[in-house]
Amino acid sequence: MKNSTLSFFDEMQLNLAGGENKASVREIYAAYNVWLKGVPHHQLDSKRQEAELLFRRVGITFNVYGDNDGAERLIPFDVVPRILAAKEWSLLSAGAIQRVRALNMFLHDIYHSQEIIQAGIVPASILANSQYRPEMFGVDVPNQIYAHIAGIDLVRTSESQFYVLEDNLRTPSGVSYMLEDRKMMMRLFPELFRRYSIAPVDHYPQVLLKNLRAVAQTGVAEPTVVVLTPGAYNSAYFEHAFLAQQMGVELVEGPDLFVRNNAVYMRTTQGPQKVDVIYRRVDDDYLDPLVFNADSMLGVPGLLSVYRNGGVTLANAVGTGVADDKATYIHVPAMIKFYLDETPLLENVPTYELSKADDLAYTLAHLAELVVKEVQGSGGYGMLVGPAASKQELADFKLRIIANPANYIAQPTLALSTCPTLVEQGIAPRHVDLRPFVLSGETVTLVPGALCRVAMKEGSLVVNSSQGGGTKDTWVLQESLAETREPSAIVEPNIEEVAVC
Amino acid sequence: MLSRTADHLYWMARYIERAENMARVLDVTYNMSLVPNAAESEAALWVTALEICGSVDAYQRDYFKQEEDEYTAAGVIHYLAMDMNNPSSIYNSLRSARENAHAVRVAMTSETWENINVLWLEFNQFIDQDLAKHGLREFCDWVKARSHLFRGVCFGTMLRDDAFSFVRLGTFLERADNTARLLDVKYHLLLPEQEEIGGAVDYYEWSAVLRSVSAFQAYQKIYSDTIEPWRVAELLVLRRDMPRSLHACFDEITLILEQLSGNRQTECKRLAGELHAKLRFGKMRGIFQDGLHEFLDDFVKANNQLGAEIHKSFFSIATS
Repeated sequence: MKNSTLSFFDEMQLNLAGGENKASVREIYAAYNVWLKGVPHHQLDSKRQEAELLFRRVGITFNVYGDNDGAERLIPFDVVPRILAAKEWSLLSAGAIQRVRALNMFLHDIYHSQEIIQAGIVPASILANSQYRPEMFGVDVPNQIYAHIAGIDLVRTSESQFYVLEDNLRTPSGVSYMLEDRKMMMRLFPELFRRYSIAPVDHYPQVLLKNLRAVAQTGVAEPTVVVLTPGAYNSAYFEHAFLAQQMGVELVEGPDLFVRNNAVYMRTTQGPQKVDVIYRRVDDDYLDPLVFNADSMLGVPGLLSVYRNGGVTLANAVGTGVADDKATYIHVPAMIKFYLDETPLLENVPTYELSKADDLAYTLAHLAELVVKEVQGSGGYGMLVGPAASKQELADFKLRIIANPANYIAQPTLALSTCPTLVEQGIAPRHVDLRPFVLSGETVTLVPGALCRVAMKEGSLVVNSSQGGGTKDTWVLQESLAETREPSAIVEPNIEEVAVC
Repeated sequence: MLSRTADHLYWMARYIERAENMARVLDVTYNMSLVPNAAESEAALWVTALEICGSVDAYQRDYFKQEEDEYTAAGVIHYLAMDMNNPSSIYNSLRSARENAHAVRVAMTSETWENINVLWLEFNQFIDQDLAKHGLREFCDWVKARSHLFRGVCFGTMLRDDAFSFVRLGTFLERADNTARLLDVKYHLLLPEQEEIGGAVDYYEWSAVLRSVSAFQAYQKIYSDTIEPWRVAELLVLRRDMPRSLHACFDEITLILEQLSGNRQTECKRLAGELHAKLRFGKMRGIFQDGLHEFLDDFVKANNQLGAEIHKSFFSIATS
């Protein structure tokens, strides 16, 4: 097992083979490592069980469609945190902000004058992408913000190399796990929070609310914000409820809203009440049965017409999917140069566009080493992971690529970093990714934290919760304090600290 | 507040209360079955439990497979407590309470939500248990205790806003209905021909009725006398200081509907006021002259009508 993980960068130990050698532990993990050595496995495991019990009590669970015996599932929670140094975080956050700024400018452009197409940077074929919404052409949205909430998926392959795996600009989820995992860690291991200076994240809902209020149409003095959910049986329902509660706004379902006189109202016990900003967690296709999917029971008839006339703000805007499609992804670095005249701070994963003859030839020759993804799709369907595929699967996929090369992109199989994780046998490395959430509205910001997803299965590179992935708390260390707190101060209790407690 | 939210909160509370009352009926029926020389047969005793819940026909349909089938303790206990096909079984009431709560967990305090969520998680321990054989008392006690806990956590943690009012409204509307049904069935059964009563069996039966609504001690304290059926009726209908009486429920309901209606003239407020006046100014003698059964029957119907009016006034306001 150790041999197979040797080539992966581990977040805690630079070299796993010499893992017992204290000098090899990365500095930011040094204090944690000391602490971890003093905690027996069964104790960690009982903490994990306690967390599971608490998550169940609180109902941090998701329903499985068609499962009617009331058994709701938990996303596995790992008690070992992922730690990021202040310097690492400042690069990642600046890079994510830069990216989201450019993506919002791209969305405004693509639905207005389309300068980026005229400049020849993004091909006009983008307008034929199924995620491009012609209904949005010429529609002005407040502050020209389209992706108010963006989840940027990052992976790491070495000490200094991070890649953006994809941008999530539609209805990205997972932020509730960032917040609940933190709460859980503070409950389970308060002593670690006294030892480490960890940037807090729990103000996220307040920042979100502020940004949502900032994108109300001009002239609305006290905007009414609501969260629109598909309902209690949606897998992310807990998150919808959680965010609404934390922001102190109503959690509504489609039938709670109706349209009248170019405005949206909710049905209340005192009669209709106007709604100004809808943080919607319902996909474009289900928002308005009059325009999109006519069978949708989740949406609000007439909503899009009010939206286009500026009677209500939707967050995220309609039509953001065109900017996070894999066909667009490859152009994001060029976009950053075009709109911002800046050098991208975060790199894309090297990507082969199979519409290009050279890239196609290379891909077909190296299929067993590559990951091939379908454009205009999300969720891992129509995806080939070369190293994990059988000969037959490779041959079948080859035919599909040849039939329609422009429908695919290819990327090298990334050596995702690993992070120590509590598994049955003890602490073992498991692959992780990172999704920080960028908020736009008044300003473009993010709270110092992220959803860290971990593939609980040994060797697995798939972190999705639908495939057994779990989550970890992500600690962003605060620079000023981290410097003053020497690792040695950690072992011996500090007298002043004890007195304060 | 959102109409749908109010609707869910109101029904959440109704279902919890319904489960509690069902547990009370089961508990007291079971206790009566232990009294020696009871005048009634086992079948006659258990059918009253079904009558209180209005489930006799449904029970016959689902449980009587052959001509000679009778009402049995095991059958009725299972039907009222655990049967997934009985919409008012304790199982379904608690499940519905939890589903309503889940749909609007945002509208309540996290303590309230967790309380109901844990209730449902704990319920699983009883699901495969044969309650007729053992553990029925513990089960009923558990249901009652969880219901007390539910009201306590609402009372102790929720903001005194409309959400709180709708929860309380659901509790008292359901309770009034349940008390009226219980009294109606028991009075009917225990006084078939208005004959004179007395003796140990009557004492046990009436004290069981009182215990089923936690009124036994209150009766002793107020009347300090033998248990007289008309006093039992008075206690459960007209005494405003008896927390499960119809009068006490309507003290709360009218107050809550006044608050919720504000300046609006709602039909539910008027109807509640009318019912309240009957309980406030009514006299037991008059009620008996017209017939207690007729009075209770009318009351249950009017209470249902009130539920429908609450729905119209708050949960489905016309929007155009």
